[in-house]
Amino acid sequence: MKITKKTTKKKPAVCGSSTGPYTSTVMEHFKAPHNYGKIADPDGIGKVGNLVCGDVMWLYIKVAKNKAGKEIIKDIKFETFGCVAAIATSSAITDIAKGMSLEKAALINKQEIVDQLGGLPPIKLHCSVLAADALAEAIYDFYTKQKRPIPVELEAKHQRIQKEKDVVEEKYKDWTQKEEEIHNQ
Amino acid sequence: MPKKNNAKIKKKILPKQLPRIYMDYAAATPVDLRVAKMVTARLPEVFANSMSFHSFGQAAREVLEQSRADIAGIINANPKEIIFTGSATESNNLALKGVMFANKNRGKHLIISPIEHACVMESSEWLERQGFEVTQLKVDNFGLVNPAEVAAAIRPDTVLVSVMHANNEIGTIEPIAEIGKICREKGVCFHTDAAQTFGKIAIDVKKMNIDLLTASSQKIYGTKGAACLFVREGLRIEPILHGGGQESGMRSSTVNVPAIYSFAQAGKLSQKEMAKESKRLAALRDKLIAGILKNIPGAHLNGHPTKRLPGNANIWFEFVEGESMIIQLDLNGIAASTGSACSSAKLAPSHVLLAIGLQAQEAHGSLRLSLGRWSKANEVNYVLKVLPKIIARLREISPFKTAY
Repeated sequence: MKITKKTTKKKPAVCGSSTGPYTSTVMEHFKAPHNYGKIADPDGIGKVGNLVCGDVMWLYIKVAKNKAGKEIIKDIKFETFGCVAAIATSSAITDIAKGMSLEKAALINKQEIVDQLGGLPPIKLHCSVLAADALAEAIYDFYTKQKRPIPVELEAKHQRIQKEKDVVEEKYKDWTQKEEEIHNQ
Repeated sequence: MPKKNNAKIKKKILPKQLPRIYMDYAAATPVDLRVAKMVTARLPEVFANSMSFHSFGQAAREVLEQSRADIAGIINANPKEIIFTGSATESNNLALKGVMFANKNRGKHLIISPIEHACVMESSEWLERQGFEVTQLKVDNFGLVNPAEVAAAIRPDTVLVSVMHANNEIGTIEPIAEIGKICREKGVCFHTDAAQTFGKIAIDVKKMNIDLLTASSQKIYGTKGAACLFVREGLRIEPILHGGGQESGMRSSTVNVPAIYSFAQAGKLSQKEMAKESKRLAALRDKLIAGILKNIPGAHLNGHPTKRLPGNANIWFEFVEGESMIIQLDLNGIAASTGSACSSAKLAPSHVLLAIGLQAQEAHGSLRLSLGRWSKANEVNYVLKVLPKIIARLREISPFKTAY
């Protein structure tokens, strides 16, 4: 006879156990982000977002060739200032991109990041765009430094990101400069 | 499985028991058990419609009128001058819309401060769309309104000035007696939103020349669903809700007598304990503020250092985002709030923080800790122990860690 398992009792509400509007996966990433920090000698850096909007993501990548001779993201780290979703999406994209070929990584879209996190509140979806943008910018930076031709899709992405950046930078000149200064101290 | 083992495993897998520290009293307060007991005891006798002529209705009516007298007594008003409503938001809506519409023939100009609660800001915007004109005063970096500026802003067609007694976010206490005096001299109505001060700071509507005042039950340890608008006798207002003509026709709706009774009892308790409690809270608040400013680099006080609510501490931290901070605090058992855009439904930083001169990026890093009746020194100590770690941690994963 099959014995049905006793259903576990619902855990009592403990302060701090609530996840607000976020999935438990988002909270896990937020509590213990993966791959945060700086790569000392990166092959590419992607900087997106700004302090005025409340989220700044910096993504560092190290590129190497795999056994098949394909260029892959060997190491990836992030530094993020922002809300829970900004930190979680940063952490998630490092998980997705690590070990991935550059071509594939440049095409990671927001939905992959959202799926990785088991969903995001609608109002926070822009954070996933930001994470994807940061990685695309890092790869763009790598290609530029290597003086390589830029894939068409990546170039288009870069143009859009740059355009958005210019709008904000013009509006908040003093602060965007301060960001750089502080970081370079 | 033997029971003993079960207990052992449970101990292992259950999350560590965290302290539960509530430091968001400015958002909502728990009902005082003394009030809850009194309300529960009287619930069976106050269920009836207070407009009914039968004995059931009259019993409810009696409790309602006694509650009205109790509330009036706290602010030195006449019971007839108290209109019960469902929330402070409703009271503020009624004050602004009610006065402006009832005095259309006198003028169309309304003056407000830029740091009013959203219900005043939004009501003013709505009134503007109805053809009224609104002047927003300026505040200084502490959030203080200058009474001279109020005097200068008053025009021949000004009907109403609305300046809150104390701000809910930064805790700054406004010079409402001086503003009241100016308004009275110039023959303009003066409304003050006292949701944060009623039962906490002494109010005398006569001495302070207040024409309309908003107070709420849920901010003073009463139940939700009850609030009031004091309307000075002789002042005309237009009701928003039309119907059965309750509350002298100013607020139709079956009257929520149990909630109002809790409001009155909570008000009396607060009044009785006011002097001692505000002294106690101010000491805790000062300890909290001083501890944060001393132990955390890049921390700045929002609001006035002394002219502030006894239980309010509001700090902004450089290069820390508020929502992350609030969630980290919650993970450590502490309930607080922030003016960060990321935590708001509109994705815009707090209008109050912007009005006191903070940049958007500074407002993102704001933290409000509001203390209340059950706040203890050990809770303040715990926050002072945990908060520096949280701030350091968030800066650690940001691109700006080198600044500290």
